[in-house]
This record gives sequence, structure tokens and C-alpha cells, in this order.
Amino acid sequence: MLTVKTPKTKKAKRALDKRAPKFVENLKKTLILHGTKTSNVLNHVLTEIYHLKKDCAIKYSRKNDSIRPFESGGETSLEFFSLKTDCSLFIFGSHSKKRPNNLVIGRTYDHHIYDLVEVGVENFKTMESFSYDKKMAPRVGSKPFFAFLGEGFENVEELKHLKEVLLDLFRGEVVENLNIAGVDHAYVCTAVSSNRVFFTHCALRLKRSGTVVPRMEMVEVGPSMDFVVRRHRLPNDSLKKEAMKTATDRPKKKEKNVSRDVIQGKIGKIYIPDQQVGDVALSHKAKGLKRERREGKLKNNVSEHKAKKQKADGE
Amino acid sequence: MEMEAQKYQIDLGNLMAYDPHPSFSSLPSDREQLVKECLQKGTELVQAIVDVLFNLHSTEDRDGPIVQLPPPTTRLPREKHLPKPKPPTKWELFAQKKGIKNRKKDKLVFDEQTGTWKRRHGYDRVDDDKDVPIIEAKMTDEPGEDPFAKRQAEKKNRVEKQEKNRLQNLKKAAKVDALPSHIQLAATALPITGTQSAPKKVSKDELENVAGMAATATASGGKFDKKLPGEKSAKHPGKFRKFLPVAEGSGMGAQEQQQTEKILNKLISKHSHEILDVDKAVTMFNVRKEKKKRNQQGKSSSMSDKLKPKKNFNKNASNKGFSKKGSSKKGKTK
Repeated sequence: MLTVKTPKTKKAKRALDKRAPKFVENLKKTLILHGTKTSNVLNHVLTEIYHLKKDCAIKYSRKNDSIRPFESGGETSLEFFSLKTDCSLFIFGSHSKKRPNNLVIGRTYDHHIYDLVEVGVENFKTMESFSYDKKMAPRVGSKPFFAFLGEGFENVEELKHLKEVLLDLFRGEVVENLNIAGVDHAYVCTAVSSNRVFFTHCALRLKRSGTVVPRMEMVEVGPSMDFVVRRHRLPNDSLKKEAMKTATDRPKKKEKNVSRDVIQGKIGKIYIPDQQVGDVALSHKAKGLKRERREGKLKNNVSEHKAKKQKADGE
Repeated sequence: MEMEAQKYQIDLGNLMAYDPHPSFSSLPSDREQLVKECLQKGTELVQAIVDVLFNLHSTEDRDGPIVQLPPPTTRLPREKHLPKPKPPTKWELFAQKKGIKNRKKDKLVFDEQTGTWKRRHGYDRVDDDKDVPIIEAKMTDEPGEDPFAKRQAEKKNRVEKQEKNRLQNLKKAAKVDALPSHIQLAATALPITGTQSAPKKVSKDELENVAGMAATATASGGKFDKKLPGEKSAKHPGKFRKFLPVAEGSGMGAQEQQQTEKILNKLISKHSHEILDVDKAVTMFNVRKEKKKRNQQGKSSSMSDKLKPKKNFNKNASNKGFSKKGSSKKGKTK
């Protein structure tokens, strides 16, 4: 026996619709959590990534014993959290002797694990350790630039994967209109060797140059670290195909109140509600214009007039 | 401006530039050098993107020049599946087949009864069941039937049918995984018994009682069980078994003797006249006899022998009042 459960409030309905699958998707949220043991370095790394993605990230502070992303049974908790928080990216930090300062960056498709990249963090420098002119600090939520250097990103499987994941992680909203005066920051990733990537975050300043195009100046601002790629898991081919599908036949939104005429061309209809002249709000003008005052004044004037007249007569 | 060795791959939609062959002067020995080189190369890349960006057509806005970015070229996987189109409902299929088109209805309808414009649905609507003053009787109507109640019952049936159809449509959609996002189909628990009644929801008190009963099944009677926050202690604490004192005396101390005597008496029925209530048994027998006589007088004329009600072959029925149960064993008790 099945019953239909519908949300009782409009707010709940809106919340459910936000999480529903759509043709054009929302911004991907990131879930940041850690396992049984973390090191000092790793704690800083996680908090800094959280700050970089403040709008669209959720950070869990408790330790999670049962999460092991690369093992078959250890992903259920992750998938549950992904479902609950509606996050499709996750960063799982853990520290052990075999894998020190370990970060697992993963993506989910339909709240099931899609792919994983495991990197070790080395030579980490926090945001506070960089000194720069505070006016250049990038704002949260601005769209970043990406600069990838090195042939490793093309040739090595793992680095290719890492490049895709980093792009997905940090790119922010996909927008059509961009305010080019507002570009703030850039991420620079260099493939130093076949398994090491140097990652840093810089602020941008546009300097005046002769032409329309300004000259760019970069100052290292944010966290900088070395990623050492350890393991990775690519998605199955079928899953990948399904996830990469785009909607070509989207139902077009009907344009309302617009019609075309052969003679006049494009005609639009505007609906104006009936004007209730009596209910129109009076302007908040000077007190002197209020009716009582006006009438009072009139009376006064009349009496003054009379007085004046008398005076004049008297004189 | 782009040299052959430094042709970058630019993805404008993502503001990304990739340099497959950054020419490092020599592999930088220490980290400082590496960082500087990377920043330099990075700046060049970003400059390249900005070149293209600022040459795009821009519109002036109050915050700054706004540029229309092309869609990104690197394809990234979606986070959820594409929404599947809803399968047509039963009515939609029927309407398509018959060629029935949906006609737009007005919100206000003229009500003949009151002569005013009333809304079609909702409060104070046209054609409400409660506004009908007179229902004319038809030839097919049965006397004693309330036509107003009948109308209400019909409406209720219609509504139930509609709900059932809606559920069926949603189930079909759920099969294809095209359920609307705000609707969930929840399975209610099926009754295990043969009856159609839905199982009653267990109340808080019942659960507490059951928990208490289960706790007494432990060896210590649930006295030392860990209690959840908010759980009250069991109503009957401790055990129910009462063990007799080991040291036996006489009088009050002869409890064990009394206990066993009581049981034995019941079994062997030493005082059987206390067990059997003779007067009651006699009256029961008499009543039954009279009933039988009356029945025989009434039915003997109309029924044949074979159709007579069979006599009661119950074991104890005829023995009442005649046997004294333990009479033969009278002498065996203590």
C-alpha cells in the first residue's frame, strides 16, 4: 500500500524543488570532512579550502571512523552525507603513517561515488603566512582564473584527472555575463613532475596599460601546497557517458504577451490593473497642506481679514 | 602575440588557460625559484586570457563593463541525472486518442440560482452541494432514501476514485523514475493479519509497558539495565517469584506443606463436594430437559426423523449431576 507524501508548506516544496534534478544545474556544493586522525597541517588545509569556498561548502567537524572512500563498504556514509547536504563534491582528509596528510577529493553522481583522487599535501603554506597589500585581497565568490602549466596535465592519466577535479572544485558558478572589472584571483597549478603538482592561489590586479587590455599583476595570496598524487579511481565508462550527457532538447519557455503582426511587427501586451483613485496613497508632503490646517488657516485668515478691516475702518 | 612554443589552450567559459610546454629556463633547483617561475608563467597565461576577454563586446553597467562569456569548452560531469519526461497520465492518453482538447475555464461563473457571479472553485462557489434547496424526486428513486446524503456519498466516491487514479499515475511515473520532485511515494506497513484493517500505531505508553515487560525477562528483573534518558523505571520492579524459606517449622513455617497440600487437594479432590455445586448442576439439567421437550413438541410434526437436530455429544453435558468425580479415589488422600 502506497501513500502520496507531498510537502505541507510552500517553503518545503521550494526546498525540494531546489534539490531536484534539472536541465541547468545549481552550483556544486562541497562537503569537507575528516577521518579518524588528522594532522595540524591537514586541519589548516581543510579550513583554508573551506574559506576559499565559503558560499558553497559545508564543513563537518566531527571525526568519521567508518569512511574509507577507496574501499567498497566504506562509502555508504559519504553517500548518505552527500544526499543529506546535497553536496556533489567532497574532500576527505586523513593522516596515517602510510599516507601522511592525505586528501581524497571525490565527486558524486546522483549521490553515488563517481570518481576519486587521492593526493598528499606537502610544503603547505597558510594564507596568513603571506604578506601583501590587504587591498588586493580577493573577495569570496568572485570567478577565478585558472592557469595550468606542464605537459603532465596532458600526458599523465592521474594529472589529467586531477586537473579536471580541481577545475570542478574551484570554478564557482557558470555564468553567462561576467563583470570583467571584478576579476580578483587566479589559481596556478604547475605539473612539476609526473606525480607532483604545485598549487597556489594568487590575487590579481589590473594595471593601466596603453590599450584597452589592462596589464595583469599577480601576488601570491592564498594557500600554496604541493599535491602528490597517490591513488585515483576513474568512473566506469557507462557512468561517465551518462554523466556527461547534456540536454539538447530542452522545452523552450513560452514567451507570453508577445505576438507578431505582419503589418505592425512585434506587438506586446501590457496589463494594467484598475486604478482606485480614492485609495491612492497621499504623498508625504508638508504638514501645511493637510486639510485641517488649510481650513484652520482659512478661518484665521477670515478673522484676520475682519480684524484688519476693522482696523482699517477704525483708522 | 602567441608564439609557436607557447600556444595556450584557452577555455574562456571557465577562464582557464593551459600551457602544455612551459619553457622553464632550467629545472629550478630550489623552491623559491620554482615559485617565482610558476608565478611568472601563470601571469603570462592569465594575461593571455584577459587579452581575449577584454576584446569581447561589452555592455556598460553601473558596476563595470559586462561581457558575455561563451559556454565552457571543457566538459565536466553533471551532479544529478537529467530529468526524465513524465509519462502521460491515463486521462491524457484517453484525451489524445479521442481528440479532446483542454478548454480554458473562467474563474467566475454566473449562478442561476442567486443571479450573481460566483467563483467556480472554493468558498461560496457555484453549484455547491450544500446550496441545493430542492431535489426533485424521480420514478427510479426508492422511498426512504435521502437524496442529499446520496449526493454527498457520490461526491465522496468520486473524490476517492480520483485519488486512486492519481496514485496509479504517480506509481507509473515512479516506475520510469519520472516522479515530480516534491512528491514521494511512501509505503505504509502492510497488515500481517488477514483483515484489511491498518495496524494501529503503537502509543508511547504501550511502548513503555512493553519495554518494562521485556526488561523483567533478564535475570535480575531489569533492575540494573541501562536506562535511556527520559525512560521511567519499570512499574513492577523486581521479580515475581517468591521462594519459600529454607528452614521449615510448624504453623506459619509450614508453608511448603500447605502449598503442596493445596495442589494435591485440587488434583485428587478430597473434598469433591466442594468442587461440584450440586444445586446448580441439577437446575441446569432440568432446564435443558424442558427445552428438549418443547422442541420435540414443536418440531416433531413438521420434520422427519433425519432432519431432527442431533443430540449434543459433548463430553461433559450429560454427566453433570450424576458422577462424583473422585468418588473411587476417596480413600487415597492423606
